[in-house]
Amino acid sequence: MALATLVKIYGSAPQPVGARMAVSSAGEMAGSVSGGCVEGAVVQEALAVLAGAPPHLVTYGIADELAQSVGLACGGVIDVFVEAI
Amino acid sequence: MDEVFAAFEQAVREARLVALATVLAGPQVGARLLLWPDGAKLGTLGDPNLDIAVAVHAAYLLPTLHSERVTFATAQGPVDVFITIEMPPPRLVIIGAVHIAAALVTFGKTLGYNTVVIDPRSAFATPARFGHADRLIAGWPDAVLPALGIDEATCIVILSHDEKIDDPALRYACRSPARYIGALGSRRTHAARVERLLGAGLTDEEVARIHAPIGLNIGARRPEEIALAIMAEIVATRNLK
Repeated sequence: MALATLVKIYGSAPQPVGARMAVSSAGEMAGSVSGGCVEGAVVQEALAVLAGAPPHLVTYGIADELAQSVGLACGGVIDVFVEAI
Repeated sequence: MDEVFAAFEQAVREARLVALATVLAGPQVGARLLLWPDGAKLGTLGDPNLDIAVAVHAAYLLPTLHSERVTFATAQGPVDVFITIEMPPPRLVIIGAVHIAAALVTFGKTLGYNTVVIDPRSAFATPARFGHADRLIAGWPDAVLPALGIDEATCIVILSHDEKIDDPALRYACRSPARYIGALGSRRTHAARVERLLGAGLTDEEVARIHAPIGLNIGARRPEEIALAIMAEIVATRNLK
């Protein structure tokens, strides 16, 4: 199982710092780190960690190159830490 | 699962207050240190001096109940650490198994509260009406409340509209560390209640803790709307608004 934790918010965001989301190796998810905007992308990061990638930070927001696909509607920027547990 | 995370999971299951520190980047990324309010710890972030600095910061964060990402200066350079504060679930204690209480239990459960309903009238406190509550206790509040261990994470809502039930509950609640105390009743009803509580020996400061008329002013009429107004006031209090 992998755990994604919202560790930093710049601007406004729909979940408070500390919000968590768990992802199974089958891609099932529980919990949430945003209003549904980035969860799909977080699942991909979680699956990478479960496949052996080291734990790492991911930043999502309007400045991100993936803004079109996983930007935040609220205009905020969030840092999410993804690790295996 | 490693030993530190397993201990963290157990603390969460037991509804204990703990802090879990995790290194977010650098050579020690993913290292974990679990800290209890009494100073006990398990694990390491890979640097004894960093462990000490993080323990000091966690001791400051624990009473605030807020998680935080902090950068610590170490001999090897700055280290980015996230400190998660995991707290017991908040509790909603409702006196009076009335219609408003049934809707309030639903809102409380949705918001993650452990819900307890107390009413000595067994015709009101029935499992058929309160099957969705975590606990339903048919008893008098002054007999039941002391055993519940009312703490800073507890909100108390008084709804019976019967002073034989409400007053003993308020006398106990106003001297407890409860985060929120609210009582149903109009301004006139509450003014009379304040006189009775002062007459019973409560201080002005203790009585002033009661939110009455209860709930945010959203023009609530139906019982479900009143429950929503009460829940909104509890959330506002919790968020220091």
